[in-house]
Amino acid sequence: MNTPMIGLVDCNNFYASCERVFDPRLEGRPVGVMSNNDGCVIARSNELKALGVEMGTPAFQLQPLVREGRIHLLSSNYELYGDMSARVREVLEEYSAGVEPYSIDEMFVRFDGFDRNSMLTLSRTLHRNVRKFTGIPVCVGVAPTRTLAKLANRAAKKRPEFGGVCVLEPDEVGTQRLLADTPLGDVWGVGRRLVERLALQGLHTAWDLRCADPRAIGQRYSVVLERTARELQGTPCFEMNDADDARQRIMTSRSFGRMTGDLNELRDAIRQHAQRSAEKLRHQGSLTRAVLVFLKSNRHRPDLPQYSPSTIVELPAPTNDSREILAAAQQALEHIYLRGYRFMKAGVMLLDLIDQPREQLSLLDDEADIARRERSQQLMATLDAMNQKMGRGTVRLGVARPDAAWQLRCAHRSARYTTNWQELKRLR
Amino acid sequence: MTVSAAQPSHASLARPHPAPEPCALPHPHITGRAGISGFPSPAEDYAGRTLDLNERLIKRPAATFFMTVAGDSMEGFGIYEGDTLVVDRSIDARPGHIVVALVEGEVVVKRYELIGQRPYLSSGNALYPPVAIFDLECQVWGVVRSVIHEYAV
Repeated sequence: MNTPMIGLVDCNNFYASCERVFDPRLEGRPVGVMSNNDGCVIARSNELKALGVEMGTPAFQLQPLVREGRIHLLSSNYELYGDMSARVREVLEEYSAGVEPYSIDEMFVRFDGFDRNSMLTLSRTLHRNVRKFTGIPVCVGVAPTRTLAKLANRAAKKRPEFGGVCVLEPDEVGTQRLLADTPLGDVWGVGRRLVERLALQGLHTAWDLRCADPRAIGQRYSVVLERTARELQGTPCFEMNDADDARQRIMTSRSFGRMTGDLNELRDAIRQHAQRSAEKLRHQGSLTRAVLVFLKSNRHRPDLPQYSPSTIVELPAPTNDSREILAAAQQALEHIYLRGYRFMKAGVMLLDLIDQPREQLSLLDDEADIARRERSQQLMATLDAMNQKMGRGTVRLGVARPDAAWQLRCAHRSARYTTNWQELKRLR
Repeated sequence: MTVSAAQPSHASLARPHPAPEPCALPHPHITGRAGISGFPSPAEDYAGRTLDLNERLIKRPAATFFMTVAGDSMEGFGIYEGDTLVVDRSIDARPGHIVVALVEGEVVVKRYELIGQRPYLSSGNALYPPVAIFDLECQVWGVVRSVIHEYAV
């Protein structure tokens, strides 16, 4: 039986690449993208990584390098990144009806019905066309399961000899070598603590786990790890939302029972998804910097007008407060909603997560900020406790009116080249 | 052109792409024919509903970008300061195309030409001579499909 293959398309240094499309002087230079209000590095080009600049480095520490012209620091331009992400998705949709955004810069592409032998050619076409059409460089990893596709993608990215494309057949010699070279910590969904426990049993690499008896793994560890083992063997076990790489992004989405174009129903769905995402966020002790909302019309109904918009709202500061996340999500929804379209699916994605620091260290905070944050934390803890005790949805938030426009500090933001008529690229 | 107004209060929001604006005006229905050869006008494909300039000008939305012209270097080709270029990255540039190109770190709009078998980027203005690109670092960014010139009215 010819199992369909699945691809993972991952944009290289996505935020920096978006900036480079419109500013070729950044090509080959160390580029960092900063969060707007709290002023630290949230994305880096390879050249900046090579200089040893870590994620989260406060921007002021880098000012000497900026002044000497050795590095470029830009404020984040989520309008641009959101639009470029939608373009990448659109190019992929020319080839497959099964494109599932996994984060702003990663998309799974299902190749149901494609000949398995044509995968390498097809992957190379995707790799070339996304780059050519959008300007964004990507790596493509293809395999029969999502876990293997992730590993294929990683290989495509790390090893120049692959040219950005890697197709893994589970039973090939090359696959064995690749799995043997992959530490378990780099396998999708295998966390740090699990790695330590597995090491005690002599399991160190992806190949070790692949050779283990999945049922024994399931009994000793977890059902999820059993599925990971089966996925490494080439048997698909994970669906889109199963294994969350929750350290990077959180997504909550659901298809509607029937298609709807009603704004109130959409508001309600977005409210639920935003609230659920915020719960997940607090559960893992993270904060988010930006909220993405998307709607999807039904691609299998070409008789209906198609419109699958998405947009990103940046938060004034990293947060895990349901109310702020909800307000941002509603604001995003109001912005992309158009009457006359019926939607099949709606979702909320939280982006650019960071671990919640024990103590907030911000020069901008005054006592009022600190008090407000403490109140927020207490309220959210109470909310989560009640919902846990009495069932999800016991306490729900109403739809907040979005606050007055947030004043973000974004002095070094590039132009919104693709979303604002006043800011188009100017050419001589 | 339908140009949606910028929304300052939503400064952190991206416009959905593409954004079809609902338009309820009753447009006169024209079924024209291109020339006398009997080729059907492409507009006929859309007979029965309001004509949409996006459909006409943008063949591949994911690869299409708008840019603004600055300066007078392309006036000879009917491209003026302030015009909006519709740039399609999915097209392979051929001689005769108006292209957006990267030349030594600058982004420029020029006409791609062969002069005596050698590739040049030409301006539409005698003040700027053609630039030979065979020994320059040069890359085509995209091909200009159309130019929108808006009059003050």
